[in-house]
Amino acid sequence: MAKKVPVQFTLNGEERAEFVESGATLLKALRERHGDTSPKGGCHQGTCGACSVMVDGDLVLSCLTLAETCEGRDVSTAAGLSQDGVMHPLQRAFLDGFAAQCGFCTPGMLMAAKALLDENPNPSREDVVEAISGNICRCTGYEPIIQAVLSAARANSHVAA
Amino acid sequence: MPLSLQSFPTVGEAQSALSAGAARYMGGGTLVVRAANEGDLSFETFVRATDRSLREISVADGTATLGASVTMAEIARHPELSTIASAARAVGGPAVRNMATVGGNLFAPAPYGDFSVALLALDATVHTGGRELLIEEFLAGRDAFDGIVTSVRFQLPAADAFRFAKVSRVKPKGISVLSIAAVIEEAADGTVGAARIALGCMGDRPMRATAAEKALVGKTLTEDGIADAVAAIGEGTAPLTDAVASAWYRGEVLPVHFRRLMLA
Repeated sequence: MAKKVPVQFTLNGEERAEFVESGATLLKALRERHGDTSPKGGCHQGTCGACSVMVDGDLVLSCLTLAETCEGRDVSTAAGLSQDGVMHPLQRAFLDGFAAQCGFCTPGMLMAAKALLDENPNPSREDVVEAISGNICRCTGYEPIIQAVLSAARANSHVAA
Repeated sequence: MPLSLQSFPTVGEAQSALSAGAARYMGGGTLVVRAANEGDLSFETFVRATDRSLREISVADGTATLGASVTMAEIARHPELSTIASAARAVGGPAVRNMATVGGNLFAPAPYGDFSVALLALDATVHTGGRELLIEEFLAGRDAFDGIVTSVRFQLPAADAFRFAKVSRVKPKGISVLSIAAVIEEAADGTVGAARIALGCMGDRPMRATAAEKALVGKTLTEDGIADAVAAIGEGTAPLTDAVASAWYRGEVLPVHFRRLMLA
């Protein structure tokens, strides 16, 4: 029987407290203890990026992050992107540009894109390619994803202007 | 056997827990958590130290000291480490770079460990709880190493002295076919005064290309000047065969990429 340890953190702006198995990954804790199934368990090796989330603003792989190391930290997932039923510009751009395709990589792609736009609101195509380079799309349809991220960036720039 | 995590405020306490057995030290987690996810049953406990000094970067009098828990992303964006940023950026995608640490990279088996190739070219020293090891000594004995790396230290090269190339089939992020790091010091007359060249994926861990280094000294970085070094670059290598490339392929393309790097 695995030892259970209490872990408190903020998940998409909400205070969360839960007992998790010591040594369990953040991916497992999010999906099984916090009901957030937006991060996907793809490879569990840090290769596919489907489990990408942000911890304290940094993009990380939740399959390789232990839940206990997130004590007191701020965790953001794709499930928290929409606010009050309104899609995030990135989600809207993915939908409009048919960038979601089969959808499995989408939450990780969205978080990788959000990490990019948080740091660089006006990325070049090369910047976008670099930002999503740790995320594998098995549909291999990267071009709509790249265009969607650029489109969301343009939309935000327009709003900001 | 269920896994557990033990966190300690000091390296000394973490070392004691590690020495108790069936435990693995965890830096960023990209190696050890991955191993656990893959079913590695050789350990039951993740051990980590939260000592802040492990996360510090200091640059003084041309010497850089990187704490073992410093990440590749932190190196890549540090203004005083711009000379070697290319090597840190070669590691993984953005999420991996936010997690992968200097200390962990020293243990990364080929075809990973691109930053350690750079550290080998930089003639770094590896610090482990009071001991200081030359990086070659450390890499040679890393399989039996049971301590905790606390930092690495090296002289920052001149801006144009450090050269780094990662060759991969998928860009911008892909697993290495091979990587090359070099510190080339040119004399006043334009010839090479000293050279340290390190290779990744040309053995089971980063290795020096000593024959090519010798062949470069006294020569100019021109097509004719580097010819002997290009011919010697594969000497003593034992390239990997894996899902990314065969040993034959790595051996064939190494001189090509080495030549390009020297003429760049």
